[in-house]
Amino acid sequence: MKKVIVASMAAWFCIPLWGQQTNAPDLAAQNAALEQKVRDLEDRLIALEGKVRTLQSAPPAPTQPASEAQPAAAPTAEAAATPALAPAVPAETSPIQGQSQVVNTGGPLPNYGGASSAAKALNPDISVIGDFIGAAGNTNTPPLATLQPFPSLQMHESEIGLQAIIDPYARGDFFMSFGEEGVNLEEGYITFTALPGGFVAKVGKMRSAFGKVNMMHNHVLPWVDRPLVSTNLVGGEDGIDDAGFSVERILPAPKGIFLEATGQVFRGDSADVFTAANRSDVSTVAHLRGYKDLTESTNLDLGLSYARGHNDAMSLNGAAGDFVTQLYGADATLRWKPLRRSIYHSFVGRGEFIWSQRQQFPVEQRAFGFYTSADYQFGRRWFGGGRFDYSDRSRFDNLTDKGVAATLTYWPSEFSQLRGEYRFTHYAENRDSHEVFMQLIFSLGAHGAHPF
Amino acid sequence: MHKVKYLLVSQVVAGVLLFPTLASAKKINVVTATTDMAALAQEVGGDRINVEAIAKGYQDPHFVEAKPSFLLKLRQADLLIVVGLQLEIGWLPPLITQSGNPRVQVGAAGYLDASQFAEILEIPQGVVTRAMGDVHPLGNPHYWLDPDNGRRVAKGIAGKLGELDPADSAYFQERFQDFDKRLTAAEQKWDAEMAPYRGRKVVTYHNSFTNFAKHFHLEVIGYVEPRPGIPPTPSHTIELIGLMKRENCKLVLVEPYFDLKTPNSIGSATGAKVLVYLPSVGGEKQVTNYFELFDYDIDLIKKGFQ
Repeated sequence: MKKVIVASMAAWFCIPLWGQQTNAPDLAAQNAALEQKVRDLEDRLIALEGKVRTLQSAPPAPTQPASEAQPAAAPTAEAAATPALAPAVPAETSPIQGQSQVVNTGGPLPNYGGASSAAKALNPDISVIGDFIGAAGNTNTPPLATLQPFPSLQMHESEIGLQAIIDPYARGDFFMSFGEEGVNLEEGYITFTALPGGFVAKVGKMRSAFGKVNMMHNHVLPWVDRPLVSTNLVGGEDGIDDAGFSVERILPAPKGIFLEATGQVFRGDSADVFTAANRSDVSTVAHLRGYKDLTESTNLDLGLSYARGHNDAMSLNGAAGDFVTQLYGADATLRWKPLRRSIYHSFVGRGEFIWSQRQQFPVEQRAFGFYTSADYQFGRRWFGGGRFDYSDRSRFDNLTDKGVAATLTYWPSEFSQLRGEYRFTHYAENRDSHEVFMQLIFSLGAHGAHPF
Repeated sequence: MHKVKYLLVSQVVAGVLLFPTLASAKKINVVTATTDMAALAQEVGGDRINVEAIAKGYQDPHFVEAKPSFLLKLRQADLLIVVGLQLEIGWLPPLITQSGNPRVQVGAAGYLDASQFAEILEIPQGVVTRAMGDVHPLGNPHYWLDPDNGRRVAKGIAGKLGELDPADSAYFQERFQDFDKRLTAAEQKWDAEMAPYRGRKVVTYHNSFTNFAKHFHLEVIGYVEPRPGIPPTPSHTIELIGLMKRENCKLVLVEPYFDLKTPNSIGSATGAKVLVYLPSVGGEKQVTNYFELFDYDIDLIKKGFQ
């Protein structure tokens, strides 16, 4: 295509050149003019190429649901008669209705001959993340402990992500987590990005905003496992992950401080934390986040969380739903990353403190737990870290588990990661376990953004 | 109509007289992904815009952290200018989503992908896989290092600013014409300065130099990275040293955000000079605009070849 245009351009320029070759004195001026013309044409060609690229790769040009495009094509009387139907009417302008809903109504007809790149451009970004874990050492886990041991070799999770912009007002994100058997919708929600007043709303199933670790997918954790406080008090790997809706907004704050509030309402079923026996047993989560850049390379991230929902404790008459669990959390993260050498060195220190009040028969259990951890990147591909764990169990607040863990992580590239972890756990029942894990994470497909 | 005009004029006059602060608050808030886009926007936007870049000039634009403090900038933005071609894909999308700012969502009037205006090189043909490293399937995103692309992008930005603020459209066009003139003059100077080095061979750390090399007729024969985004390996380094000796390449250019250990060892093995060149405005304190970026790099490269 490009060649043809260039060739025809060249041909056009040859004609006047040939006709006026004898006019020697003007030649320099003419050459300059011609050069300018070629440059202009080149610019126009590049602009055109850019437009073609945009058409091919970008999501469908936004806006104008059919209602706005319609009156131009249809006579006014008809348009007035059918405004309510407008979104469904594009059949008039494009012969195949099923396609016209996918393709922008104003755009050209799709290429039915095969998978054209333009049609593919509308597919969501697809990614698959594999998470393989091998474990060794004694699993001296007492029967009442919440910490689940890993088997010797396990394809722990295969997470499929499907993400796309839905329309000018919203985007959609799906994360399906395949175990070795069985599938779980880890998250699937729509995010409304164009709400007035700076609000951002999500509807669907999502990991709730209680603290930091609860929000994280397995493959972005800085460890192979989750901290004890997470498994004992907040439902561990599944966590507070439920169907409902969420509203967040950035709050006014002094200059340089980022303050964000999140409110969420869920059905009330989350791992072993919340159980909804009745429709009215919804759970709620609130989160307040404050963030400040201390310097260009150092920043501090603080959070307060609250969650409330019904638990599965039975009352004396054998009915569930009478008892409530409340969780309070505080988290702090200190990050350092020198911008000039950001791909070589970084440090993250974090801690999360969680208090649980679980009503149950005969007395309410008040449990507390925390973890603190530090991770240091000492080379472009190398990370080392340590973690300290301490947590009561939510159902037995007199039982306290403790542990430490050390990790070493190697990145062959941005898209794969090999991690070793040593974990020591001292259970409340006075049992000790020493375990070693090896984890391999690998990602296929679209370049997912890294959460902060 | 006259009434309306009169009303408008009187309001403007009253506004200017009574609320001088309000008048200045009418500026378009522009946020850009990188400093280069900010520099170009500043050239055409003049004092009618406030412009701020997210990534710093000495930072690897592939690996910017999606810090919440950037959300504070984004939520106030009327226009977001991105480099595009998936350069920012690792960090910008969640910022846009969380900003709660409908004006700058992808596809909205305040979202401008500047790559649409530029000449893009190295668009991969055929199958693209990650075996090629962190390859950009839409082409090389470091296009701003060709002054002709700078001009094209500036023109695009001027057009977009005019769309957002039709009243100042003529002002932006005027400023673009002025920028165009100054850039053409500067280009003549740069071309003349680089003319003696036509066809010279260089090695760069990352594949960020293609557009610069094309414009100034240099030849990039290899990269310190074996594949884009993959850190240097001993076997590749040995190969590269052999290649540089065969091709008599005497200059290694390194982006400011890469470690100099491997380039220095290549330099000592081949006798080539190792220099830190700036891919972006703000890479060094004294480089504050688009012109100074080329002044700095051309000066550096001239010295490298001497």
